Amino acid sequence: MNDAFDIRGESHIEVHKFRTGAIVIATLLALVIQTSSPVHFSKLAILDLPLLVTIYFGLSRRNPSTGLLLGMAIGLLQDSLSGPTVPLGLYGIAKTIIGYLASSIGARLDTEHPAARFALTAGFFVAQQGLLTLTRRILLAQPESWLNMHLVVAALVNAFVGVFLFLLLDRLRRN
Amino acid sequence: MLQVLLLAVQIKRDSQGRLIRVWTVGAVSPFERAGSSGFGWVRETWRHYFALQNTTRDNEQLRRENDALKMQITQLQGKAAESDRLAALLSFRRSNADVPMIAARVIGASAGAASLTIQLDRGERDGIRKNMGVITPDGVVGKVVESYPNASQVLLLTDKDSGVGAMLADSRIQSPVGGQGEPLLVMKYVPNDDDVKLGEKVITSGMDRIFPRDLPVGIVAEIKSGNPFKQIRIKPAANLERLEEVLILLSLRPLEMKNEENTGDPQPPATGAANPPPAVKPR
Repeated sequence: MNDAFDIRGESHIEVHKFRTGAIVIATLLALVIQTSSPVHFSKLAILDLPLLVTIYFGLSRRNPSTGLLLGMAIGLLQDSLSGPTVPLGLYGIAKTIIGYLASSIGARLDTEHPAARFALTAGFFVAQQGLLTLTRRILLAQPESWLNMHLVVAALVNAFVGVFLFLLLDRLRRN
Repeated sequence: MLQVLLLAVQIKRDSQGRLIRVWTVGAVSPFERAGSSGFGWVRETWRHYFALQNTTRDNEQLRRENDALKMQITQLQGKAAESDRLAALLSFRRSNADVPMIAARVIGASAGAASLTIQLDRGERDGIRKNMGVITPDGVVGKVVESYPNASQVLLLTDKDSGVGAMLADSRIQSPVGGQGEPLLVMKYVPNDDDVKLGEKVITSGMDRIFPRDLPVGIVAEIKSGNPFKQIRIKPAANLERLEEVLILLSLRPLEMKNEENTGDPQPPATGAANPPPAVKPR
């Protein structure tokens, strides 16, 4: 049922529910596409579909616990598919925090408008890169640059793709 | 009676009755012209209107057929390209028949930008072990960093944690070459005094004990002075962004491969009875 409402002061923000298995299938699909598409289209490696899925379900479910757990699961799966040079937990930590932040923001703001989604996705992408760099520098003692042009372009591309992907994922909502 | 008379006149005078014909033709031709135009109009109307009843359907069918043919052409082009690549792999495999290696298909890439890896469809069951070298006929690709029962992960040469023992083909200056997480590699320890030329080939030195000597690594793409070492950037010989099939060197012992005359040439020579493959020499 999608009639559940959270009441924060005077504002009513809808908590969206999804069809059975939608979150699991969308997550697995995102991971499969993420790993298989760059083999044939190397430019697609710029996309971070697991991040987009984390953001979307975080913003839609609006439950920080769910967002946190989903982010953690997606991040750990991404870690395990990235090879042994990526320690388990690198993406896990980043996506746990992103999932939490997305659901917390989703619970306070209306995030249905494409412009809001674009801005939030770009912001979360940069935040994730910041978290990855921070983890690498502090916990792994690995040199890592903070900001470069590629990151800015990747953030914009992911935000752009995110707007359309989110529209697609909206169809999975239970009406 | 009149017509018989007319015939008689024509025969007698050798006349063809031209005047009558002129009158007749002159009188009838406007009607003929009008009739022809009318029939033409009817025919054109028929062809362009009534007979076009099925054209939309035919057009759709033709368009579908066209799309199907285009798709078929694309598939055939893909298969032709795949066939070329496999032929190159086979040729390379034959030219180094004594070097144990196995072909594998690339089935995946890294799930994030934090590492540059690929996933292969061969694993422990095929004899793949950690630290085995991965190449293509064009050059070095990387090394196996993890082996699972039916798959394995390969760290590409361009990854930040990757490296290969290499040397400059002309000057024989040895130095490791490593990745930076970017398309170009770096050659790290070449002193400023040494002479390096742009476009010079870089080959494996065999010092890493993973790759045999003389495999193409890349070519020098950029040289800058540094202190105390030059900053040399290398363009990888293998197209690491478009890998579909690779060869895994099935040995953890140092191997020696056939020394190609053209170490940077991606096309391996075809083998034949007159050109037997060399023996493997464990060092």
